[in-house]
Amino acid sequence: MTEFVLAAAIGVLSAAGTWLLLRPRTFQVIMGLSLLSYAVNLFIFSMGRLRSGMPPITAKGAERPELYADPTPQALVLTAIVISFALTALFLVVLLASRGATGSDHVDGREPAE
Amino acid sequence: MSLWDHHLILLPILLPMVMASAMLLFDERRRRLKSVISLTAMAAILLVALALLHESMTGAADGGDTARVYSLGGWSAPFGIVLVADRLSAMMVALTSVLGAGVLAFALARWDRAGPRFHALFLFLIMGVNGAFLTGDLFNLFVFFEIMLAASYGLALHGSGDARIRAGLTYIAINLTASLLFLIGVSLLYGVTGTLNMAEFALKVRTIAPDDRSLLHVGAAILGTAFLIKCAAWPLGFWLAPTYTAASAPSAAAFAILSKVGVYVVLRLSLLAFGDDAGASAHFGQSWLLVMGLATLAFGTLGLIAARDLSRAGAYAVMVSSGTILAVAGVGDQAVLGGALFYLIGSTLACGAMFLLAEVLQRGVDSGGQRERAVFDDEYRDPFDDDERNEPGLVIPAAVAALGGAFLICTLMIAGLPPLSGFVGKLAMLDALARSVGPASVAVIVGLSLSSLGGLIGLTRLGVGALWARDEDAPELVVGAAELAGMGGLLAACVLLAIFGGAGLGFAEHTAEWLGRPDAYIRAVLGTTP
Repeated sequence: MTEFVLAAAIGVLSAAGTWLLLRPRTFQVIMGLSLLSYAVNLFIFSMGRLRSGMPPITAKGAERPELYADPTPQALVLTAIVISFALTALFLVVLLASRGATGSDHVDGREPAE
Repeated sequence: MSLWDHHLILLPILLPMVMASAMLLFDERRRRLKSVISLTAMAAILLVALALLHESMTGAADGGDTARVYSLGGWSAPFGIVLVADRLSAMMVALTSVLGAGVLAFALARWDRAGPRFHALFLFLIMGVNGAFLTGDLFNLFVFFEIMLAASYGLALHGSGDARIRAGLTYIAINLTASLLFLIGVSLLYGVTGTLNMAEFALKVRTIAPDDRSLLHVGAAILGTAFLIKCAAWPLGFWLAPTYTAASAPSAAAFAILSKVGVYVVLRLSLLAFGDDAGASAHFGQSWLLVMGLATLAFGTLGLIAARDLSRAGAYAVMVSSGTILAVAGVGDQAVLGGALFYLIGSTLACGAMFLLAEVLQRGVDSGGQRERAVFDDEYRDPFDDDERNEPGLVIPAAVAALGGAFLICTLMIAGLPPLSGFVGKLAMLDALARSVGPASVAVIVGLSLSSLGGLIGLTRLGVGALWARDEDAPELVVGAAELAGMGGLLAACVLLAIFGGAGLGFAEHTAEWLGRPDAYIRAVLGTTP
């Protein structure tokens, strides 16, 4: 059941993210990138296998890998979250600069001809 | 061998990081101080890179090739992150520092004043690029990639202006998407093989369960897509020309190395993990590299012929250079790869110099010329256009002769004509291709020859317009001493590559041979015999 919920969440997030990424307004693009990065973060997490109620740190005297969750993907997700958050913020600044400089929130910097 | 010698490999990463961070503490107006700091840092990085390069050639006990391995924090591979400097990495770091030093010298004349914190961004870019070349860990590669990209976003926007903001928006969106593909690829590979260390990954690929192999290939393909976007392979590279044309000259010239980071990772991973020993995965994706490389070559050449200004021509020359190396990687012949590596060095330097030269030649002319341009509206704009402070310092007399000579060298390098090193590299590739008969070799021979012809036609036409048939009302050609020094340094490196062509080509062929036996790399990193 957990697998299904997680897979569905990743699927819905990436589908919505991809659709928004291809939209013409800059705000839609940044929302799309955010949703995609959530999907990717969940995906990285799931690559360490899904286990519930298992700590990622071994206890002394009980070094049996099957009792513990894989800590590496958790560390990777943490790094990926920080980086994608920072770069999304940077992208937001450029987006605002583009809005200010061109007077349009279209990704091409001008409204399409009707 | 002193105690500190062991840590030498850290310097190309640590030095720019520390210097760039320190520079953030100073006021933007203290230009002289910042210039001195960044020039010193670049010179020091260059020396370290040359030392690493020397060691990679002669460092082994028997005087042969070796890979210097540094375990960060003392955690040995594959548990900790390692930095690895072998022949290819050291060569790329040295190339980065030569290009970086030339571009920085050029920027000191005036471009570093066109926007805030140029020096810090520039050094962070160098840090990210060097880190990406030196790391031996897939996820660490992602981190350095992001450092490099974050700095490049700032540099792409350096000097501001509508055109740069518009091109920067696309550039950032595409690279953020590529980074997400990178993460998906890396995590799939981790899920299948359970490792992020490149050397251990290469070992695991050989013995992977047949059921997992298709998932491994999916991961490798997604990861490869991310890098192919970075090297602007057709059809993933339409972002490159507008971004590089709109970027300020020093940024665009520094970006010439960014596409080579993508090329480097493709070469490194495909030769390390998907070589002859990889069992059912041997040569995975090679035919794709060949096809995409040839398509990139064709697209870049057509773009070069169609370009209406020099900086756009420089952007397409970058694509031609990526396409050539990808196509050669797709042929999968060691001797051809040797020629391609030699070509990579010269073409990167020449593309960098081309962007710098284009800015000098088009200074002040394009505002008039641009009004007629209905097709391309991503105009080049200099924020300091009508500013008295804009004088480039000491002005060199006989500027036309110097610039004409520089343009000649650039054209010969990019088109690959004798007597310069572009020709030596192309000849080495063609010679090796002619010996390995097959449809792939024939296709690459045709592609390389036609791209030389196209490059020559396009650049000659633009050069005639820029140097001989200048508009009556175009301003006098002016070039500052620092600008000439930066450009001259890059072009002198191209000429030196031709003079010491034998040694250089020998080095490149040795490097290709070293890349052809990944076991030596794996042994150096993991300390075990595979």
